[in-house]
Amino acid sequence: MAGVTLSEVRKAYGGLEVIHGVDLEVTPGEFLVLVGPSGCGKSTLLRMIAGLEEITDGTIAIGDRIVNDVPASQRILSMVFQSYALYPHMSVRKNLAFGLTNLRMPRPEIERRVAEAARILQIGELMERKPRQLSGGQKQRVAIGRAIVREPQLFLFDEPLSNLDAELRVQMRVELANLYNRLGTTMIYVTHDQVEAMTMATRIAVLSKGNVEQVGTPYELYNFPRNRFVATFIGSPKMNMIDAVATSGTAAFDDLGALPIAAADGPVSIGVRPEQVAIGGEGELTAEGTVSLVEYLGSEIFVHVRLASGRTLLAKADGKAPHKLGDRLPVAIRRENLHLFDAAGLALPRAA
Amino acid sequence: MHKFIRRNIAGYAFLLPWLVGFLLLAIGPILASLYLSFTKYNVINPPRWIGLDNYVFMFTMDDRFRKALSVTFTFVAISVPAKLCFALAVAMVLDKGIRAIGLYRALFYLPSILGGSIAVAILWRQLFNYDGVINALLRTVGIEGPYWLADPNYSLWTLVVLAVWQFGSPMLIFLAGLRAIPQDLYEAAEIDAAGPVRTFFAITVPLLAPVIFFNLVLQMIEAFKSFSGAFIISGGTGAPLDSLLFYTVYLFNEAFSFLRMGYASALAWVLLIIIAAFTAIAFWTSKYWVHYESQRG
Ligand SMILES: Nc1ncnc2c1ncn2[C@@H]1O[C@H](COP(=O)(O)OP(=O)(O)OP(=O)(O)O)[C@@H](O)[C@H]1O
Ligand SMILES: [Mg+2]
Repeated sequence: MAGVTLSEVRKAYGGLEVIHGVDLEVTPGEFLVLVGPSGCGKSTLLRMIAGLEEITDGTIAIGDRIVNDVPASQRILSMVFQSYALYPHMSVRKNLAFGLTNLRMPRPEIERRVAEAARILQIGELMERKPRQLSGGQKQRVAIGRAIVREPQLFLFDEPLSNLDAELRVQMRVELANLYNRLGTTMIYVTHDQVEAMTMATRIAVLSKGNVEQVGTPYELYNFPRNRFVATFIGSPKMNMIDAVATSGTAAFDDLGALPIAAADGPVSIGVRPEQVAIGGEGELTAEGTVSLVEYLGSEIFVHVRLASGRTLLAKADGKAPHKLGDRLPVAIRRENLHLFDAAGLALPRAA
Repeated sequence: MHKFIRRNIAGYAFLLPWLVGFLLLAIGPILASLYLSFTKYNVINPPRWIGLDNYVFMFTMDDRFRKALSVTFTFVAISVPAKLCFALAVAMVLDKGIRAIGLYRALFYLPSILGGSIAVAILWRQLFNYDGVINALLRTVGIEGPYWLADPNYSLWTLVVLAVWQFGSPMLIFLAGLRAIPQDLYEAAEIDAAGPVRTFFAITVPLLAPVIFFNLVLQMIEAFKSFSGAFIISGGTGAPLDSLLFYTVYLFNEAFSFLRMGYASALAWVLLIIIAAFTAIAFWTSKYWVHYESQRG
């Protein structure tokens, strides 16, 4: 088991820099998820850790060893690719054994490890098949199997579940979480799906445009986002954002009323999560609006409430609530549930 | 039916010149040569039916036929693998992403266009002459080159080199095949600690097998049929000492130097059968070493 330390890591393709000096500390044995929108550099970062991509500047260390110049094959890590990247001409068994044969491991040891992986992933009956004879989920298991036989000090995953259908994705998510609990090896997992990130991670690093925006536990990111980007990226459905202008210690949030805030004069914004927009409850900010859409999810509903100003607030309510299209509803937000952001989008201390 | 023909008459009209050509210039001569192979025919007198005599003579008494077979087999056995290896090596270098790749591809393909031509064979003859450029170059590094063309120990090698030099078309096909191998398989192999040699034999070769097979069959057929180089360099006779007596050169001599058209026709049919047999063997063995990424097999 090993940690990973990235310091001031940069990557440029030609003249174009896509990773802008990333510092990241992955502690041994943690499940770190790199999450961010498409094109933000998650794969690039992961591939630099793997050794598949050169580092333009900075250092990457696995354990105590700086690996900038260590080839991928000697970094003692495993990687699961989005495309699975199974060798199409080899049976499942050979796919699993390939890396171990390259390490000149003795036969019996290879067989033991392959059998063990087959047992953990329940792919015993598939061992003699070729990859093209497998379903997506089975291919995924084999790809994970190929990663675990190596007994690496570090696992890397690049969107391993994104080619699976929704149901299988949920199932594999659980299996991966179980696998992690069982092996306890350091894992770095890339995804653009924040639900995957929230459910699996011990810590999440949120990336945007080649920068790390925030690193923290799912709880920290959800409850204490450091900036607007993290606030809106984490959480589904998205946090409500309301812009305002602060003048001498207060800001008016149109229909919702005004609040004293601890911010310098200028544009500010507040964010509030849908479950904290109370329908008919108490709060320092209140307004009345018309229901413009109801999304029914069974245990809960998402109510879109259009205020007089034309702004729509998203509120989460119990699945049994009777709200329907066109209803007039009062909404209320408690001050302690507000996230306040300054003009640059940085979080200010919780609404004072 | 009538309507069908009327509707498609334009199509058939356009097809006609080719069809006439095909029947007159291909099928006709093929059938004629099959008939002639059972006759004695010297162009001047009408062909005389002699049954299997041509074939019997060929397989029991004709030493030059045996020599021609041995020269041709040697040539095929050396030049085809050498050419394929060279073509693959160049393709792999080009695949590594050289700038202005279009230019390089054109440059590398050029010999293939030129290579079959008479002019290049003549040029080759100049190059490998005892006083030619090759020996002049060797002399600058202190090596006394042999009589490449006059010494039967070397003459065939000059033709092998000429054949390998025409690596352009298999190279382009290899290049396309290499481009079709997904990059992430190489990355997976890298993570799986496979070195370059292991990656080549465990990933590249098996995934390229259909392309290798295709090139092998094509080049083998071409090598069996190769003619102009040997003809020009040997002065049309297969000299020195019949060391360049390619099957096709022998056939040409029988037909047009000695006007033994019946015998030449028999030779042609035997060559056809040899090529067909080797192609069949290649196809038959392919199921043991060619992996197709399709639902079948
Ligand atoms: N080989 C390359 N050459 C040039 N630019 C590249 C290359 N690979 C990636 N990029 C650029 O680097 C940026 C980050 O790419 P990367 O693949 O890391 O994104 P990602 O976060 O993994 O996105 P996705 O979620 O879509 O997979 C993108 O803007 C991309 O266009
Ligand atoms: Mg990616």
